[in-house]
Amino acid sequence: MENPAADLFLHAPTRQRRKLRWPPPAAVQVRWVTRSKPWLFLFCLTPLLLTLWDVYSHQLAADPIKDLTLRSGRWGLRLLWATLAITPLCYITKLRSLVRVRRMLGLFAWFYACLHLGIYLVLDQGLAWQFIGADISKRPYIVVGATTFTILSSLALTSTQGWVRRLGGKNWQRLHRLVYVAGITTSLHFFWLVKSDITRPMVYTLVLASLFLARILHHNARRQR
Amino acid sequence: MILIQRPADITPSEITSEGLFRQRRNLIMASAGLLLGGGIAPATGVAAVSDFPGLKPGPFATDEEKTSFQAVTSYNNFYEFSTDKRQPAKLAKAFKSRPWTIAFGGEIAKQQRFDVDELIKKFPPQERIYRLRCVEAWSMVIPWVGIPLHRVLKALNPSSKAQYVRFETLLDPKQFPGQRGSLFGSSLDWPYVEGLRIDEAMHPLTLLAVGLYGRFMPNQNGAPIRLVVPWKYGFKSIKSIVKIDLVDKQPLNTWNRQAPREYGFYANVNPAVDHPRWSQARERRIGEWSKRPTLPFNGYAEQVAGLYQNLDLRTNF
Repeated sequence: MENPAADLFLHAPTRQRRKLRWPPPAAVQVRWVTRSKPWLFLFCLTPLLLTLWDVYSHQLAADPIKDLTLRSGRWGLRLLWATLAITPLCYITKLRSLVRVRRMLGLFAWFYACLHLGIYLVLDQGLAWQFIGADISKRPYIVVGATTFTILSSLALTSTQGWVRRLGGKNWQRLHRLVYVAGITTSLHFFWLVKSDITRPMVYTLVLASLFLARILHHNARRQR
Repeated sequence: MILIQRPADITPSEITSEGLFRQRRNLIMASAGLLLGGGIAPATGVAAVSDFPGLKPGPFATDEEKTSFQAVTSYNNFYEFSTDKRQPAKLAKAFKSRPWTIAFGGEIAKQQRFDVDELIKKFPPQERIYRLRCVEAWSMVIPWVGIPLHRVLKALNPSSKAQYVRFETLLDPKQFPGQRGSLFGSSLDWPYVEGLRIDEAMHPLTLLAVGLYGRFMPNQNGAPIRLVVPWKYGFKSIKSIVKIDLVDKQPLNTWNRQAPREYGFYANVNPAVDHPRWSQARERRIGEWSKRPTLPFNGYAEQVAGLYQNLDLRTNF
């Protein structure tokens, strides 16, 4: 019986020449991505698992609520950056199917953002709404934090295929461009809460800027072609 | 003024008796521990060691539960080491806190230098169990070992021109990685500088702390000698002091210089005046889950509110 995958390698029937071809055919890329997805899922869950272990073994900092807030925030931010890195990574590696992990990364970023917000509301503020209300109205970094969360939530809720259909591809894409805004507001949130040493927010913001730049360069190059 | 009306929640008589009670209980536990081969540590979780033989409890002790030695020595804002609160405990291990000289200068009879151990011998320290309230809205209860600052200052014979006291931390980027800075600048301008008005410095609550939990000051807590001003936010309590000057003008303290909108010269604990980025109405006591209301002057209003009768605490935050 003829191998159905064989016709994907029309120009590379031998094993040796198949290795030279880059990017690999879509079907191969899809297979790679599908296989690595469970591992990626586990990887995204590790910060949570490690934190739970630290809670269990009393290894959180002396102010555990602050520690939990910072950890969840840091991982939400990193995963949002990872989500935004997928498209540039597609350009660079020419592996277009990489885009299939983007939704999972984005949902994990939102997941850690939910934990971050939940820890702030329940553990930090003890659901004292008068204080939370005052915080939201008075503190710029809380305002941008809340903005980020609203954006990420609306993107997470409309991340399904069903919503792509309901909104139509164009509208869906327009809505999901809000992720760039979320990246910027996350950076601001970080900058505004740091007391004096801006090294870390600076580094993260530079990474974000380079991800944006990669997109711009790519689009310009394509327009010129 | 609302700030002054609130009475202290504990009367001084209660504080003393409870403090003494705890002292005695710790002593009993400690001796029991010695008898049983050192197997039992007192309730605070610290072995009953003392670097200050014959240490006596001083006044103003709170009977609130003390923050564990572990927490006090592992959660430190000490930017000379790192802006991360867990790092100082790790980075300060090799810090050389002895020999250590403190230079006294400015408007005093004679410029003098004291070795820290000389100072301890000359002015016997006491134990003072104080609340510490950080400007970041967390708090601890710490049994300091300290010399009342007024004793040292009086011995220096300050002139009438001495209106303020200026304190300075050691500048030593070799020992303090935080003083080296990064590509994006340093976290603060070094050396760290703090100041007190002369009446604040002379107040019986104000300490030059040389230890905690009966031990020499751990490196990460500001060894070997630091300031403790319990009614002010923690950043006023400058660490690892090398220089104390009596001056005629208000010193520009480090955080005030860094962000004048956020940190003032006075920095009295005040639940009615928020930090621009967070509320100061409540605080989290380290070791507790829910927040508790913050008291004016960190609960020391009875002792210190009088110092600020003619001062608008909203503008002089």
